[in-house]
Amino acid sequence: MTQAAISTPAARPWARLRDPAWYQEYGVYLAVAVVLLFNALFTEHFMTADNLRTQLVQVAPIVIVALGMALVIGTEGVDLSVGSTMALATALLPLYLGYGLVPALVMALLAGAVVGAINGSLVSLVGLQPIVATLALFVGGRGLALVMADGQLKQIVNPDLLSLGTGSFLGIPLVVLIAAVLAAAVAFLVQRTTFGRQVVAIGGNRSAAALAGLPVRRVLIGVYVLCGVLAALAGILATARLTASDPSSLGTLMELSAITAVVVGGTPLNGGSIRVLGTVAGALLMQLLRATLVKHDLPDSTAQIAQAAIIIAAVYVARERRSR
Amino acid sequence: MAPPEAVPQPPQPAADAKEASAPAEVTETSAPAEVTETSAPAEVTEASAPAAGVKKAPAPAADVSPDSAPAASVLEARSVSKRFPGVVALDDVSFTLRAGETHALVGENGAGKSTLIKVLTGVYRPDEGELRLAGEQIAFARPFEAQQAGISTIYQEVNLVPLMSVARNIFLGREPKNRFGLIDFSRMHRETTELLDGFGVRVDPKRPLHTLGIGTQQMVALARAVSVNAQVVIMDEPTSSLEPREVETLFRVIEDLRARGIAVLYVSHRMDELYRICDRVTVLRDGRHIHTGDLADLDRMQLVSMMLGRDMAEVRRDGVTSFGSEGHDASRTPVLTATGLSRDHQLHDISLSLYAGEVLGLGGLLGSGRSETAKALAGALSLDSGELSIGGRTLRRLTSAGAIRAGISLLPEDRKAEGIVPGLSVRENIVLAAMPRLSRAGIVSRAKQDRIVDIFMKRLRIKAASPEQKVGELSGGNQQKVLLARWLCLEPKVLLLDEPTRGIDVGAKAEVQSLIDDLAREGLAVLLISSDIEELIEGADRIVVLRGGAVAGELSGDEVAESHLLEVLADHSPAPAGNAPAAKEDPR
Amino acid sequence: MNETSPAPVVQAPVPRKTPAAAGGATSSSAAGQRVAELLQRQGALVVLLTVVIVASFVYPTFGTLDNARGVTVQASFGAVVALGMTMVIITGGIDLSVGSVFALGGVLAAWASQWGFLAALFVPLVVCGAIGLLNGFLVARAGMAPFIVTLATLLGARGLLLAITDEGATTYLIPKGSAFAELGQGSIWGFGYPILIALALFGIGGLVLQRTSFGQTLFAVGGSSDAANLMGLPVARTKMLVYTLSGLLAGFAGALSAARLSSGVTIVGVGMELDAISAVVIGGTLLIGGAGSISGTLWGVLLLAVIQNLINQIGELNSSYQSVVSGGFLIVVVVAQRYLARSRRTT
Repeated sequence: MTQAAISTPAARPWARLRDPAWYQEYGVYLAVAVVLLFNALFTEHFMTADNLRTQLVQVAPIVIVALGMALVIGTEGVDLSVGSTMALATALLPLYLGYGLVPALVMALLAGAVVGAINGSLVSLVGLQPIVATLALFVGGRGLALVMADGQLKQIVNPDLLSLGTGSFLGIPLVVLIAAVLAAAVAFLVQRTTFGRQVVAIGGNRSAAALAGLPVRRVLIGVYVLCGVLAALAGILATARLTASDPSSLGTLMELSAITAVVVGGTPLNGGSIRVLGTVAGALLMQLLRATLVKHDLPDSTAQIAQAAIIIAAVYVARERRSR
Repeated sequence: MAPPEAVPQPPQPAADAKEASAPAEVTETSAPAEVTETSAPAEVTEASAPAAGVKKAPAPAADVSPDSAPAASVLEARSVSKRFPGVVALDDVSFTLRAGETHALVGENGAGKSTLIKVLTGVYRPDEGELRLAGEQIAFARPFEAQQAGISTIYQEVNLVPLMSVARNIFLGREPKNRFGLIDFSRMHRETTELLDGFGVRVDPKRPLHTLGIGTQQMVALARAVSVNAQVVIMDEPTSSLEPREVETLFRVIEDLRARGIAVLYVSHRMDELYRICDRVTVLRDGRHIHTGDLADLDRMQLVSMMLGRDMAEVRRDGVTSFGSEGHDASRTPVLTATGLSRDHQLHDISLSLYAGEVLGLGGLLGSGRSETAKALAGALSLDSGELSIGGRTLRRLTSAGAIRAGISLLPEDRKAEGIVPGLSVRENIVLAAMPRLSRAGIVSRAKQDRIVDIFMKRLRIKAASPEQKVGELSGGNQQKVLLARWLCLEPKVLLLDEPTRGIDVGAKAEVQSLIDDLAREGLAVLLISSDIEELIEGADRIVVLRGGAVAGELSGDEVAESHLLEVLADHSPAPAGNAPAAKEDPR
Repeated sequence: MNETSPAPVVQAPVPRKTPAAAGGATSSSAAGQRVAELLQRQGALVVLLTVVIVASFVYPTFGTLDNARGVTVQASFGAVVALGMTMVIITGGIDLSVGSVFALGGVLAAWASQWGFLAALFVPLVVCGAIGLLNGFLVARAGMAPFIVTLATLLGARGLLLAITDEGATTYLIPKGSAFAELGQGSIWGFGYPILIALALFGIGGLVLQRTSFGQTLFAVGGSSDAANLMGLPVARTKMLVYTLSGLLAGFAGALSAARLSSGVTIVGVGMELDAISAVVIGGTLLIGGAGSISGTLWGVLLLAVIQNLINQIGELNSSYQSVVSGGFLIVVVVAQRYLARSRRTT
């Protein structure tokens, strides 16, 4: 709903293909379409319901984290601590499952909120750069999780929790459904709520937003809290799928995947615009790309190098646009 | 090279930095200040001698005595023009800087001063015209080349590296090396001490720059400039954040530079400073050269009228702007009362009241504290002291949000940096501040928004492809109207307008002016800040004039006229008779 | 020289206290500032000494020469990485790719060791230097944000590593007793070569930072890029060089580590960039750039290593406490830094 008025002359539709801004706007969808088309033509057993379901299930936690990350990046920030937050959530689950599923979930989500509140306070009240503010919890968060879990991997046997990971509704895995609902909710939040529009305005011009009387600090803290809660939720879902709580490895490099999804999805790193659907597509693109390479017996290494190249290309395109 | 002992340690009445400055903070006339005043003038010239020996003394210094006029031209701009998209920043400007002179460069906002400085220092390349340094034509690709050629600039914001030491800053990029190719710190520190002693500034060369006062930092910048063999030093508002004692030191150093034959281009709005230290003056206005001549031949009134473009002989009455000619009926009780607003270096005990249904003009030259006052009233600038009450209610610890709730809205001066959110649509920019009121349970109501946006886009005649067009794509005038709409849809009681018509086209300007008129007629209290004298005179019912961050006078009724305003602006003591202004005379 | 009349000398005014700052807590903020300053400058050293002294009394196994040798040799690889990181951070940048580059350097060294000592040394240096150069180019010339650029090369380097090890399946071994293995495993008086090499590099690094124009330029670029530009300093070239250096040092540290382990282990270096950043910041280098020291980084590295070692000594404690401690320390240090920066701005 914040699309620009179409500035490219409609008379020459192909001209826009030479416009980097167009790629930042729609490139990610084009890329997803190209990857799907390629697979439909050249990959056996790719465009099957089974495989697609697997891909979606795998990408769902990344999407959930990336949604929160998109909000943070929309304020010109970044949250490096999401992976550690997932670890904290997964470490807390077995500790509180004894009291029932709901208390365990609440505690895990609360941990995410606390992490977010700390990050947000460091950014908005103390005035630290986001990358610095979230680094501390990145380093310490996982350690804390390991301390709580006594460094151990714990099997999860609670059937209700496990059904979160394995259950499905109308043939759609619950995890995917939750991610989809959250994506819609975040899109609604960004586009249609006061809070969401204030987030975008603060990212677009913080001093103008402050002069317009917007509650800048409160909104910033809120954004980091949301990001933390979403990361914790992703941690819960990932735990349920793994049927084990493993704080030492759960969510490692998640911050990377999430940032990649957001950036590839066309959300500029310098704030002022949040592209929720683009973020989902960005996460999907990276997932499909990796799956495609795997199906063609290309190793993981190639996928990583490709991922690196795509990040740099996406940021480069965004940079082009900014400098114009 | 002088060994360190060659600069004798004088018996210091103010030997300890802490002791020296502590009383000075309390009163400026206490002992340390006297040290400067009484002993300095006699010894200044001698102080320059060891300093000149320390580092390569500028070659022309020897030939040029400050008394022999006219001195050779060091730096010359010939018919320089510089255009930016939509603006002619400099239009055929010529002027000459002579060796050993202190030359004032004055002009209001948008006069082209900063563009001229940037052309002279290699930040911009002129579109037309040429620069000549010591008679040779030159062109700079980068600021560094200008510095190499001997043109140094001391910026308002000191352009050094705050976290590095004094000595490292002075020698950055040209550090003295020992025979192993490593930096020779003892030599660096020694030379720094010598250099600064030459300016009469004693400071530990190892101290990080940021621990020094702004004045001393500027001395360090000057020392760097002089030690890279500057022939021309450009000072952009050097005293704007200095304390009186530091200003004295700066002036002494300028005298010293003059004695060494270094030309100083001095940009300032402080009349008393200009008259105290400058030999000649160049006035720019609207990108054009207006006047160059000896400062002694002009009185303040003449200078101010040249800056503002008001010829005293023909003060026009009205009809140029779109304000109604009759005044507004202001109510009896003030809507907004400010008492004793003070903030370090910016505002000094400013008091004013604003009545419903009037336009109060806030006059003053650039740097007089107009914008700061408006920001303080809107809660966007923290104050050291002062009180603000609206509708009889006193507001404490005002924030932007609190001011808006109380009905005070500020249209900021810097539209791009503080006003628009360029990536958002016209609609969203308009409703930005009113969003909570146009939402239910935190969910934005598009219908309510569209209604408001439609009303204001029509009323203010905002020209956009649609309400969904990005504000960054609109013209300046339309952006300004969007911002006005943002504030008007809050239905404020007080509207503070900081330069509402600057940088917008003529048509939009007229529309904004008549809108201001209408708003006051509808009972709004409007504070209008404008550098445009006509706009201020014709728009305002009353004018409070600021000078140096304090209220210099208030004009009301028949006093709201150009002659009166100019007098207060210039701090005019009765003009010496028969000294005709040389405003239209161009030396070239 | 003129000696007859001394130059009149005005004392440099001490930093002005704005009434804004004074209008509340002048004295307490001055004391707080001193504490913060101390914490930033020498905090790591003070804490390190305290911890070492206390621990030596409490845990008899800690204060032994053997333990000291073990701790320092373990710390030496991360120290070399942190050395490059210090320089990058001083310019106001960040290099997240060092962990991957470290691992890549180790694998390349092990792979190339079949062709002898020089190959084992130079192959990783060339490749890792090239990755650093790429980082520097994208940051300095293309104007992209350092954190995202180096995040991408973090992935890319890891991918490259997997590619040359058949997806991590192959582990290249360094011939026992070869000159290259000796580089990692040899020792003088029981102190391993890696310690001596790291110390030598820190010595050279300190000299470069403090006593060369390049070092001064690093500080200037980080302190005020605009001022550095105006002074005609080679800002872009310096940035390219500093990222290249960081890549070289990370690759070299990886090679050294492989020499010690006799093989190119593919799984090392994950999260190493954050350990390095933590050590640098704890050592008093400002993350916003413009100030910092090599020695501080050394104390920071040692402090983290000692804490890790102590946790191992205590035995019953979970080793993850180390990251909790360093995370907590990190928060304290960056908040103190911020506090300093703020009080600076009001002067």
